[in-house]
Parts: sequence; C-alpha cells; structure tokens
Amino acid sequence: MKHTAKRLASFLAGVAFATAAIAETELTVYTAVEAEDLARYAETFNQSHPDIKINWVRDSTGIITAKLLAERDNPQADVIWGLAATSLLLLKSEGMLEPYAPAGVENLDPKFVDGDTPPAWVGMDAWVAAVCYNTVEAEKLGLTPPTSWKDLTDPMYAGHVIMPNPNSSGTGFLDVSSWLQLFGEEGGWEYMDALHENIARYTHSGSKPCKLAASGEIPIGISFAFRGAKSKADGAPLEIIVPSEGVGWDMEATAIVAGTANLEAAQTLVDFTVTKEANEMYNTGYAVVAYPGIAKPVEHFPEGLLDAMIENDFEFAANNRAAILEEWQRRYDGKSEPKS
Amino acid sequence: MADVTDYANLPDGPVVKGKLSRDDIMMRGGMLVIALYLVVTLAFPLYAMLSKSFSTFRFDLSQYEFQVSDENGVFDGTVLNGAELNAQTGVIDEAELSTGSDGRIGVTGFFPDFSFRSPVMYQIRNTSDQGRFLVGSTLQDGTDWVTLDSNTFRRVQLRPVKSTGFDNFVNYFSTPALFNSIKNSLWIAVVSTIVTVTLAFWFAYALSRSCMRFKGVFRLIAMAPILVPSLLPGIALVYLFGNQGMIKELLFGASIYGPIGIVIGSIFFTFPHAFIIISTALAISDARLYEAAASLRATRWRTFWTVTIPGARYGLISAAFVVFNLVITDFGLPKVIGGQFNVLAVDIYKQVIGQQNFEMGAVVSVVLVIPAIFAFAIDRLVQSKQVALLSARSVPYQPQPNKRTDTLSFIYCTLVGLFIVGILAVCQFAALIKFWPYDLSLSLNNYQFDKMDGGGWGSYYNSIKLGLLTAVFGTAIVFFGAYLVEKTKGFKTGRALFQMFAMLPMAIPGMVLGLAYIFFFNNPSNPLNAIYGTMAILVICSVTHFYTVSHLTAVTALKQMDREFESVSASLKQPTMKLFSRVTVPVCLPSILDISIYLFVNAMTTVSAVVFLYSPKTSLASIAVLNMDDAGDIAPAAAMGMMIFYTNAAARIIHLIVSKGVLMRTQAWRTR
Repeated sequence: MKHTAKRLASFLAGVAFATAAIAETELTVYTAVEAEDLARYAETFNQSHPDIKINWVRDSTGIITAKLLAERDNPQADVIWGLAATSLLLLKSEGMLEPYAPAGVENLDPKFVDGDTPPAWVGMDAWVAAVCYNTVEAEKLGLTPPTSWKDLTDPMYAGHVIMPNPNSSGTGFLDVSSWLQLFGEEGGWEYMDALHENIARYTHSGSKPCKLAASGEIPIGISFAFRGAKSKADGAPLEIIVPSEGVGWDMEATAIVAGTANLEAAQTLVDFTVTKEANEMYNTGYAVVAYPGIAKPVEHFPEGLLDAMIENDFEFAANNRAAILEEWQRRYDGKSEPKS
Repeated sequence: MADVTDYANLPDGPVVKGKLSRDDIMMRGGMLVIALYLVVTLAFPLYAMLSKSFSTFRFDLSQYEFQVSDENGVFDGTVLNGAELNAQTGVIDEAELSTGSDGRIGVTGFFPDFSFRSPVMYQIRNTSDQGRFLVGSTLQDGTDWVTLDSNTFRRVQLRPVKSTGFDNFVNYFSTPALFNSIKNSLWIAVVSTIVTVTLAFWFAYALSRSCMRFKGVFRLIAMAPILVPSLLPGIALVYLFGNQGMIKELLFGASIYGPIGIVIGSIFFTFPHAFIIISTALAISDARLYEAAASLRATRWRTFWTVTIPGARYGLISAAFVVFNLVITDFGLPKVIGGQFNVLAVDIYKQVIGQQNFEMGAVVSVVLVIPAIFAFAIDRLVQSKQVALLSARSVPYQPQPNKRTDTLSFIYCTLVGLFIVGILAVCQFAALIKFWPYDLSLSLNNYQFDKMDGGGWGSYYNSIKLGLLTAVFGTAIVFFGAYLVEKTKGFKTGRALFQMFAMLPMAIPGMVLGLAYIFFFNNPSNPLNAIYGTMAILVICSVTHFYTVSHLTAVTALKQMDREFESVSASLKQPTMKLFSRVTVPVCLPSILDISIYLFVNAMTTVSAVVFLYSPKTSLASIAVLNMDDAGDIAPAAAMGMMIFYTNAAARIIHLIVSKGVLMRTQAWRTR
C-alpha cells in the first residue's frame, strides 16, 4: 500500500513536470531521415528556437508515405521534414500540403523548390544513385569494373548484379524512373529487359544491395552513393561507381501539412530548414544540398557525382509512378526463377 | 387403452423454464462481454477488410467537361463531356478505366488535333464535387472552369473516384505476377508439410518406441525452434548456403534464395509443432494391440503398418494441416530467403508497404484466408475424432530395449538435433563476427542496435513489455472466457456461438489480421481510433491472434473439473465468482501458467500480425530482426534474433520453476 502511494506521488510529480514543459509548442514531425541524424537536427534547431519541441515519427520512405496517405482525412503530422520529393508530390496531389514560402527560400537552388508560388515543398538535399562494386569478390570472379549502366547488361555480370525492387524501395524507383528518362520510354524498358537477365534478385530495401556488395554476397549492388560511402568508411572493399550516362536522384524535402493546428510554429520550423545553418547540417551526410555554394565534399564520396545527376522530372516520376510500377511488376516480378 | 392415447392428445403444458439466478445473469453477462471483445477485435476488422477488397477506383469520365478554343484563344461555348469524347475517340478502353487509388490518366488523347505547341486554349472542369483532376501535381476538385494553354493542358491528369465491385479481383487474376503466388505458396506448403511430418514422425517414433538415451535432451532440442521468430532460420541459411556461405558447396550450385531456402527454414520452424502433435498421438497407442500383433507372429514391418500408423493417423493428418497452415501463412521466412520466389504473405506486405495499394493487399488477404480456413477446418474435424481412440481399458505401450533400434534411433535423433542446434549456433556465431567474411575477429559491434534501423534496444524492451502484457491480459481474458463458456448452465446457442468465435482466430493468418486492424482501427470515425499506434493495439492483436490455442488449453483443463463443484457451491449458496477464485483458478493453475508462457513466447516471436501495426514508439524486437535484415544489416538481425531466443528460453525456465513451486503448494491435494 505504502509502495503504491509512493509510486502515485512520483507519477503525479512527473505529470506536473510534463505539464510545465508543455508550455512550449510541440510539433509532430514525420521524417525518413536516418535515425542517427535526427537528434542532431533537433538539437541544432532548438539552439535558436528552444520554445518549439519536436516529436519525431521516423520510418522508411515507403512506410511514412503510406502512413501519411492513410491519415489523409485525419492528419496527425504538423510538418514533414526529410521525405522524398516524389512522395511529397503524391501528397501535394492529394491536397495534403499547405503551400508556404519560407523566409529566405530565394537563396536556394531553384531546382530544389516546388514550382508553384507559394511552393508546397522545399528541398533539403539530394540522394543520388550509384553502383557499389566489391573489388575483392569481382577479382575472384574475373570481372572488370563497369563504367556505365549499359555495361551492366554485359553477359559477364549474369547473376552478379543486385538491385532494389522499385515496388517497395524509393531508391529502386528512382533508378527505374531515371532509366526511363535517360533512354526514353521504349529504350528504358529495353535496357531493363537486358539488365533483368543479369540480376540475381531484387531486394526490398534500397540500402541492402550495397550492404550485400560490401559483404561480398553479390559483387555489384545498385544502390545510392551515401550508403556506399558509409560502407566504405566501415572498411568494406568497395568501389563506388558513377555510371557515365548519368544517375537518378531524389531529394529530401520539407513541407507543412495542411490543417495543422500549429501553423505558426510549423512555419518557424520550415523557415529554419532552409537556412544556411541547416544546410550545413545536412551536408554531414549528403554531398548535395539545396543551398548553393556551401557543400563540402563528403568522405569516400565518388568524384563527378554532382555532374552526373540527371535533369530529374519529378512530376513525370510522381504522375507516372503507378503506371511504371505496374509495368515493372508485369515484366519482372515473380515470373523469374532465381538465378545465380 | 383409450386413456393412454388421450395422453398424446393433451394440450402442451407451459414450457418449464428455470428462473435465472443472479449468478447466471452475471455469467451470461461476462460471456457477452468477452464475446463482444472477440467481435470487436476479430469480426469487425475482418469485415472492414473484406469490404476494402471490394472497394475499387475507376475513372469516371462523365465527371469531366472540356471546352476547346480556336487559334486565337476564343471559346465558342461548346461543352464536351469526357465520356462522350472517349466514346468518339476510343483512346481509353474499358480495362484501363479501372485502376488503383493512385491511378492517373492523361486527357490529350481525346483531342486528335492536340499539339502542345499550338496556341489553342483548353478549359476543363469537374461536373460535380466528386470529380478530381490534377494540373501538374496540383489537385483541382472544384466545379469552376480551369483555363489552360496547350502546353499546360498536357499536364492534366484525371484521378479516379471510389466505387465498389469485383474489379480488384479481376485485376488480381489478370496479373500473372500476383496469382502465380498462389501456386508458389501451395507448392512450398505441400513440400514442407511432407518433409516436416515425415521427419517429425520418425523423431517422435524414436522417442516413444525406443529405449535410447538422452530422450529428455532430444525433446528439449526439438522444442527450441518455437522460441525464435520464423525468419531466424532464413538468416542462418544465408550464412550457411549464401554466396559467401560456409558450406554452400552442399547445394551444388543451386541458390538458397528461393524455394529451397523457404522449405529448409519452414522445416526448422514447424518441426516442434508437428512433433508435439505426433508424439501425443503415438503416446496414446494401446500396448494390447502390439501384444496381439506379436502373438499373431506379425513382422515388425507389418505391425508398423497395421498398428502404429493407423493408431497415429489422426495425429499425422492433424500435424500435416497444422504445418501446412503455418507455412502458407508465414511471412518472415520467405521475406528473408525467398528471393524472387513470390508467395502470398509477402505479396500482402509488398502491396501494402511498398505500393500503398491497400485494396490489393486486402484482395490477396482474402485469397490467403481460403486455404488457411480449409486446412484449419480439416484439422478441427480430425482432432475431434482423435479423442475417441482412447478407451479406459487401453494399456500404455512400454518399449523394450533393442540394440539395433536404439542405435538407429539415437543416430537419427542426433542428426535432427544437430540440424536444429546448428541453425541456432550459426546465428549466434554470425552475431559475434565483426564483418563476415572479411574480418572474422570476434566483437560485440553487432549488438549496438541503437546504431541500426529497427528501433534499437528500445524495441527489445518493447517486446518484453508486449510479451508480459499479452501474457497477463490474454490469460485473464482467455481463461475467464473459457470458464464461462464451460460452466454456464443452459444458454446453448450462446455457448456454441462463443466456441465458434474462439476457434476463428486460428484460421486467420497474422498478416490478414494485422491488415484488417489497419482498416478497422485507423478509421477516424471509429471511437477506438485512439489506440491505433499504441502498445494497446499490439497487445489486443496478439491476444486475439493466439486466442484459440490458449482457449483450448483452458477448456481442456476445465473439462477435467467435475461439474459437481458448481452444484456443491450452489447448494452452499456460495456465489460462482467465489468458487471461481477459491477453487477453479487454484486447481487450474498449471494450465493458466501454460497459457501465459505460450502467449509470452508467441508475442515475442510474432512478426506477421504486428508488422502493419507497430509505430516508431512501439517497435518490436522481432520486427527489428526483419527491418535490420531488410536494410542489409544481417549480422545484427541474427544478434537480435538470438536475444529473443535467450529471453524466451529464460522465460521457459522461470515458468518451469514457478510451475513446480506452484504445483507443490497448490496441488498437494492431488497426492495423498
């Protein structure tokens, strides 16, 4: 009995403390940013804005997008900070985003800002496709490093290439949409038909191909540069290859959810996300950020990656997403028996 | 004589109905409450899912109107309807009109003269509030005319409206990539079932029919796979037979990613389930039959086929259907090791998480439920027959020492035991290696879960919390429900209905239950919406998912208690609830503990039911295994899987100690 009373007292004290803390505004922020970066982002923001508390809801791109779409009629999020632009375009076309021009948005590279005025979303940084190539295993198998996307269709690589399934992975989708833009609709599918012959299997996530390449399970993984740089830093025998035709990319972006009860605080947060300070913070992991001229090179990042980024048509990607995925599934999913 | 016939002609007297006592009302009320729980947590969500599978999206072209200007941008006021335009031009055929929730379709095809360079202007509007279209990615859902130049007009995309019908099912069966999975799933399930049941039969046979040593150890090993998530053997197989595998040569160049991997992993995780059922069936065989066979000079071979197999046949059939059901509904294993070999359960995940196509996910769920319910129904039918085999005069069979049999049995059991222990050992080994296969030094790096996807150590503690909560609340609900249904007097229809509801969860695959929960609980108009994304929904889902086996355990224990207890307490004018707490619960305590450990272990290992329901705050260890493997962090996934194993093993040991202690204290009356 005594114990219960004690516990109750401490519980009440906790509640009182919590209520005192709620005097500040709380924002529910949905994000797909890597878990290890979130604390740093919130901390940097709170240095200048201690009165706004961020409650993170983090998951992978696909899941966060699904969650937001599922909550369409009853949005739980105030702000989205760090989600693929293609996903934000989907949300925009559902009328779920509150257009807002953050103070200082004019400083950003216009490529990173939604075309509407005021913009529905503002970009932060870009993540770029790349090929992870395990030099040790490739040598054992007698492979020569590919230099272009087309090289990967060489029969020499049969069963030695792995890529993410675009139906579940955002990285996989950006690869497919970039090939369709690079080689044209017909050429793109022809390319994928040829590539399919070499693919060992399709993974669910976008980082797995690179990690599998890092561990030598499959020598060549189509993944993204950031992941490759990380694995390389961990000591994996990797070479990060930037195919010569150009590489697909998507950006992480920020938006306000329409109907938020904390519009003012949300705007303050979004204002912060476009500052030079914030962009310097993104630069720790991402070589390409929205604020021009500040990006410092990231360790182990391949050279020439920035120039290789294609002119990405996000509207094309978002509006044709359903049709592309359906076609992809019809051609490659399930019909193939595992090779290798 | 006439008198006798007169009896038959007497008018019916009033039906004699016992008056309901306060106790009766209370018990029926309690039953109603628990039945209501099952309705809300099972029937309603399944209904929500079924209706979702019929919810389709179509482009309704009649919802849109267009105007075309001349070269100077002047409109003459002619209004063209989308449906009529399509009838004239025929650019969009009927099949293209049915689509998913994310479908889009362009409109320039309606105007054969269209060129994006032309100065012609276009106007478009919705005819009602239902219509939706996009200009670029901006949503237009008003009924005002929107004027666009040719270049912008090509960016117009129509959006579908909701309707109901069989379109989703038609779509499903016209997509080979999807319906091929039915064949794949059935194939995998049949092969795994045949192999597992055969292996488990000989294992159980060796344990019950030989006098070999270390039977206890073998029994313990055979039960170990129950303590780990079904995807863990998949991870071990990657280390054994993957391209960098330790013994990949044994596969002779075949790939472990695909049916081979799924079958081997399925054998591992279904083995204990088959073993329990078959060894129970073998244990009740009648020694008198063997004596008769021996006295008739039947050979051992003949005795085996005429006595042993017929005696165990219900067990074998039941085991087969249980294994079939487990394999066909399992999601974790094919996700990890399935490669390009698609199965139904993974399709649901891909549709929902990958493509956000909830409707198609619901359709696949409906397809998956059919074989699951079928297998479940046969299993129930068979199990109800098994009981009748045992008669009061049966004499339990006692094996006689036989050097050859004993040695063979021992060798066989050692091989099976090595397979099971080997899989677990490989996982533990992989978890401790720094960077397979390049740096084989030992390290604890893979246990730094906080640096990985999946929720870190927090998810491990969440799992323990979920296990404990499920065990406590689940046991309370299940046992109380079983007590009420077993001991309530009269009220036949109600009790039969309740029994049926209690059986239903077993037939519903976890994936399907989880998806159904999204549809039902994540609906803003549902008053229970608040529990979505909390620990509460995970607990509720787990309790419901594992309701049936717990319920059957409780019913079996309660059936052993004489109904006289109720009569005695009634004649002593004691309220039923007092009897329940003072007699029933203490007597049934061993079973109650069994139910709670069953719920705890399953809540720790389940993936399928909770994969759609966890939120970032309630991520779980089993889900972390899945997500870390998904992200390519395979060694940490193995490490987390083994944490689940050790936790469950510890829980089992505690359960054993507590059971023994409790038995000594409360069951002393059983021995004189």
